[in-house]
Amino acid sequence: MGEKVLMKGNEAVAEAAIRAGCRHYFAYPITPQSELIEYMSRMMPKAGGTFVQAESEIAAVNMVYGAAGCGKRVMTSSSSPGISLKMEGISYLAGAELPAVIVNVQRGGPGLGDIQPAQGDYFQATKGGGHGDYRMPVLAPSTVQEFADMADLAFELGDKYRTPVMILSDGLLGQMMEPVDFKPRKTEAEMEELDKQHFDWCIHPNQDEPNRHHHEINSLEIDPLILEKHVIHLGEKFDKIEANEVRYEEYKLTDDCEYLIVAFGTAARIAKSAIDELNVEGVKIGMIRPITVWPYPYEAIRNALTPKIKKILVTELNLGQMIEDVKLAVEGKVPVEFLGKVGGILFTPQEVKDKIKGM
Amino acid sequence: MQVIAKRPDSLTDLNFTYCPGCTHGISHRLIAEAIDELDLRNKMMGVAPVGCSVFAYKFFNFDMAEAAHGRAPAVATGMKRARPDMHVFTYQGDGDLAAIGTAEIVHAANRGENISIFFVNNAIYGMTGGQMAPTTLPGMKTSTSPYGRDEQDIGYPIAACELLDSLRAPYYIERVSLLSPQDIIKAKRAVLKALKYNKENRGFTFVEFVSTCPTNWGMTPLDAMKWAKENMYPFFPVKLFRDKGEEGGK
Repeated sequence: MGEKVLMKGNEAVAEAAIRAGCRHYFAYPITPQSELIEYMSRMMPKAGGTFVQAESEIAAVNMVYGAAGCGKRVMTSSSSPGISLKMEGISYLAGAELPAVIVNVQRGGPGLGDIQPAQGDYFQATKGGGHGDYRMPVLAPSTVQEFADMADLAFELGDKYRTPVMILSDGLLGQMMEPVDFKPRKTEAEMEELDKQHFDWCIHPNQDEPNRHHHEINSLEIDPLILEKHVIHLGEKFDKIEANEVRYEEYKLTDDCEYLIVAFGTAARIAKSAIDELNVEGVKIGMIRPITVWPYPYEAIRNALTPKIKKILVTELNLGQMIEDVKLAVEGKVPVEFLGKVGGILFTPQEVKDKIKGM
Repeated sequence: MQVIAKRPDSLTDLNFTYCPGCTHGISHRLIAEAIDELDLRNKMMGVAPVGCSVFAYKFFNFDMAEAAHGRAPAVATGMKRARPDMHVFTYQGDGDLAAIGTAEIVHAANRGENISIFFVNNAIYGMTGGQMAPTTLPGMKTSTSPYGRDEQDIGYPIAACELLDSLRAPYYIERVSLLSPQDIIKAKRAVLKALKYNKENRGFTFVEFVSTCPTNWGMTPLDAMKWAKENMYPFFPVKLFRDKGEEGGK
């Protein structure tokens, strides 16, 4: 488009996914992500792609498994309760090493919870969620622009490492409108290259090629010695992702900072406003915002711990989940305090300021 | 030298892992023969279930996916939508299709997905050791219905063909059996028809095989076939439910 477009986050990530070469999308309606599935139902047929409204989130993620097994860029999306249903399929995607993108527009929980923004799925997204020994890259946007940009990044990471990738957004980013600058849509030639990149393992025609063993899309290995090798191989892959794909933003972080905030997504947005005001008032404070919440920027937090840092504040829209990773990074060297809101309630910049001043 | 009989190209040379007297070997072979005869192998893809036939992905000699329990029709939907130039079938047992996967089979059929489903009904969970299935007959003893299936407590067997026949979209639905050589010849015709329609992208095709499980039924293979004829046919009659191809393709 070349110029900025005012769009909801849910629509922006859908448009960006189509531009990134996604031509297969399967999902089930749920608030607050419904604009995403609606956008796909309008635009996917126009892009020559496939849109199927599945009978459940479980069916949707298994349709993703089938399309991903054919080597295609494929996406599904949901909100917290629906993501729980997709967890079975995500474990299978990880086990069978299939690239796929899953968008979670988080809402309040547990259970049905409500339909307001929350960050209560952090543990589920970053510490497993599905069964078995797997990890999954999780990208946490904090603006609509970043939400859109992450579609492309998620597909790239998925293809590079043959892994499902989650974009961990929330109801605020899904529903709010901001100007977005889109990348150009992939050309026919680029789409053809994408199609071929997985031909050494995926399902595709021309099975008559001499010496081509039939391809199996599979997470089952009944022989423990072989499964052991497979899981060790997965572990080595996760190590590589941890070594190469950590992403974070430093905000107003200087050597003379006395306070450090660690926050992601919507919580980080609010914290930024508080930091701006506190800096004006003379409080020396900066922030580290994890962009990948797995792999987690432990090293960046450790490196920010200058002798001047007195305390760290973690702000989240939950009862305190990411704070465990911050504490792992800090290793008890500095006190870590917490400001959280739950039930779909947001904190204000003033509440962050008050918390810092009371520390 | 003239070849009289050989392994179909659509089967690998691995030995089946099925019990002696099990009918899975027959249904695998019928599907493989039909794929060869229709010259479909280089465009074929299949989905294996969870159950005794969980290793079907090793036995069929073309690209295969192993699905989570019950999800094969959803996986096949994704595969067919991603590769409309290829053809896909699922191979599922009664626990997989008629219990945990009920939603997936009903909705794939209702969408009229261009896929074939081969459904093996032997009225029991074989792989996990003979537990009650959704198709277990009233009074039938299994390891989780040790006093016999009590239909007042747990209901009657689910008849998959009859259930799917209430939907408008499916193109072809037939129940066949594997209980005698004549039945197997008829079953082969049904498999061929389903895969021919699949090749022509005509829509959703479904073939149920009334099958046996001598091991978990505690019978010899011949007794199992006799028992199945006497006890399964009343609940699962061999029947052509629907063939839109015969009706002029409406």
